[in-house]
Parts: sequence; C-alpha cells; structure tokens
Amino acid sequence: MKDFRYIDGAAILTLNKEACIGCGMCVTVCPHRIFALQDKKAKIVDLNACMECGACATNCPTEAIFVNPDNGCGCASMIINSWISKVRGKQVNVCSC
Amino acid sequence: MTGFTETGNGAVPQVKTVLDFKDQLGTLRARSGIARNQYKLNPGLYCVGSPTPESPVLVTANYKLSFDALRKELTDLAVWILVIDTRGINVWCAAGKGTFSANEIALQVQRAGLEKIVSHRELILPQFAASGVAAYQLKKKCGFKAIFGPLRAKDIPQFLQNSNKADEKMRTVTFSFSERLVLVPVEIVLVWKFFVLITVISFAISGIGQEIYSLQTMLTRGLVAGGATFSAIFAGALLMPILLPWLPGRQFWFKGAVVGAFSGLAYVLTIMTGAGIVEKAGIWFWIVAASSYMAMNFTGATPFTSLSGVEKEMRKGLPAQLICTIAGLCLWITAPFLG
Ligand code: SF4
Ligand code: SF4
Repeated sequence: MKDFRYIDGAAILTLNKEACIGCGMCVTVCPHRIFALQDKKAKIVDLNACMECGACATNCPTEAIFVNPDNGCGCASMIINSWISKVRGKQVNVCSC
Repeated sequence: MTGFTETGNGAVPQVKTVLDFKDQLGTLRARSGIARNQYKLNPGLYCVGSPTPESPVLVTANYKLSFDALRKELTDLAVWILVIDTRGINVWCAAGKGTFSANEIALQVQRAGLEKIVSHRELILPQFAASGVAAYQLKKKCGFKAIFGPLRAKDIPQFLQNSNKADEKMRTVTFSFSERLVLVPVEIVLVWKFFVLITVISFAISGIGQEIYSLQTMLTRGLVAGGATFSAIFAGALLMPILLPWLPGRQFWFKGAVVGAFSGLAYVLTIMTGAGIVEKAGIWFWIVAASSYMAMNFTGATPFTSLSGVEKEMRKGLPAQLICTIAGLCLWITAPFLG
C-alpha cells in the first residue's frame, strides 16, 4: 500500500530461495504485494510493507517462507495482555476481536 | 431468504442481494459493537439467483456482516455461497485465529454434499482467508481446489467475468476514509468501561483542595477532567483514524499525541478559560497521553501494521504516555494549592 507506510526494519519475514519451487502462491495471496516471481523463484520486493499476516507462509507448499509466528491482530491492548501473561507465566485470552 | 433452489442434494436456501431494513439495522448494531459477537448465521450452503451445477461456489464466514457484504455485490449473478462456521467472526480475524481453516471448509463441503450439487471441483475463497487456509491442503482434505478471489467483495463480479483472475488492484489492500470510519465505533465501545472508571477516579481526585475535600470543587473540577478524557478519546479514536494519512510520523502513539496536543490546546483554551496555567497544563498533558494511547490501540484495526512494529512502537509510546499521565496528575492535584 503506497499511501500507508509503517515502521521500517520491524517486520520479520524471511525467504529461503533454495526451498522455493516458484509456484507463485505467495505472490497471489499477499495483500501488500511483497513478493514477485523472477527466474522461477520468489523474491521479496518490499519487506518494510509486510504486516506479518502470515498468508504467504501458510500457503507456501515447501515452507520456504518464515513470518513472525506470534499470532494476533496486533493491537496495543493485546500486546500488553501478552506481556502480562509472559510475566505471570500464564496463558490468557489475549485478543478481544 | 426468497425461496429454495432444488439440487442434486435437496433444497438450498436462496438469499436476496438487496439488504432490507432489518439487515441494515443489524449492521448498525454490529458495527457499533453492541451485538458484535452474536451476529451469526447458520453455516451451510446458500445461493443467489438460480445457480446450476456449473456455477461457482464462494466461501465466506458465518458472521452476518461478512455474508451481507458478499451477497449485496452479487446482483444478477447465479452462484453458490458456502458459509463456514467461524463462530460468528469475520473472515480476516477468523483466518488469523485459525477458525477459517482448511479443516472447517472441508467439513462444510461434506455436510452440504457439495460434490453432488456441483459438477466442478473449485472453491473461491476470499483472499483475506489466506492467512488461515493453505490452498494446497484443501485439495487433499476435500477434493476441492481453492482459488483465492479478490480482497473486496465488490470486485467479485469482475473477478468471475475475467475467468477467476484478479488484477493487482483487486489483490492490494486499501484503507480508505470510509474503511477507517467504520472501525471507529467499535474502538470507542471497547474503551467505554475504561472511560467510566477514569471519570470516577478523576472526580475523586478533583475534590482534593485547600479545604481538605470539597464536594463543590469535586463536581466542578471533576467535570472538567471528565470532559478532558472525553475529548482525548474523541481525538485518539476518531480524529486520528480519520486524519491518519496526513498526520506526521509513522508510529501511531506519536500521531495520537500530535492530535491530542492540538485537541488539548483547543480544550484548555475554550472550556477552561477561567483556570490557572498549572491546571491547564495538567489537563493538556492528560489529553495528550490518553489520545496517544487510544491511537496506539488503533494499530489492531489497521491492515498494514505488523505485530513486530507495534511491539517496537509500544516500547517508546507507553513510557511517553506514562510520563505525560504522571505529569498531568501531579499538576492537576497541586493546582488548587497554588492558587
Ligand atoms: S506476512 Fe502477509 S503481508 Fe507479509 S509478505 Fe506474507 S502475505 Fe504479505
Ligand atoms: S509460495 Fe513458496 S514455493 Fe511458492 S513461490 Fe512462494 S516461496 Fe516459492
């Protein structure tokens, strides 16, 4: 999305080119158009626009993509709750959506 | 519902593509957060128009708003709609939580006897479901191939016309003015308890003054403090989402603080004309802090903030908000002793 940019250098997203078979699923599913196919391999073209939704990793048949696996919508209260649950060592229901 | 369509596996309910008054009212209730989580419909197969065994099958969540958003775009089409059980949660959140999954789709395909109803073996899923559904697994689980449709339901007619091809625009997420605006009521409903609590506390501490504790000052000053909290919520949860693309910075806590600074200034200059500078400063700090916090919470509703990014900004935002709150509180409490 060109009109909205979030913090640079934050998103955790890696691609293992060796494992990629060039199926193009990651290109299709990404709502931010982070991937492109080049010479039958996927390529990350705009890492900083990634919102870590995990759609690409879920749909990669060879598990070539890694995305920050912490789940959730990413609202502040959810993160505070998850911090609290880490400190108290208990799992709480963190998201309200 | 307008009737039934007979199929190779019994009758399938046919639904309208126009939302009536009751649907609109329900949308309003769900959007405002009053009945957000109870707005479900029964999972299963539905249809619009008079679909044939060759007609496409669209998959959606059993959240009524998702279903309504889909069917209202299907005027003059004949398609099947497979509603899966996401416990009344929308496609995007359900995919994130794992309830909009390949397993659940496979279950509903079997329960509806879809293989007896349609001759093809394809399902069109919303692109937003991709974080929960691995297309390559669906085929193994139920024999149907997953095709990811466009992000927005309004592009479905064109997608179908282009023989199931979505262009770049259909696949790219947007966050337009109206898309931001519909999220506002829920944000506000989520904090109303917090608002009531803060207001009670601020009434209590507002009574502290030179005559030990005065009911009179508690009421007048409490009202000013309560009003300040209200205007901070207005700034952080309404103004900030609306002005999002034009506010400086990228981090939400900062954008919220900027809106809060201006709203706070407007508040102390119009509402608190008779108050001293210390009192005004106290209220201003509080509005900045609360607006910044509200804005930071809005990250959860946007389709472009990464969890890693939000964690990163919270490490800066939370301390800043805490400092402003403490500053505001100290100024507010000491003000009556200085005058
Ligand atoms: S995690 Fe989501 S936004 Fe990031 S690259 Fe994958 S699909 Fe795109
Ligand atoms: S989904 Fe995986 S295998 Fe397919 S192109 Fe992307 S990285 Fe390569």
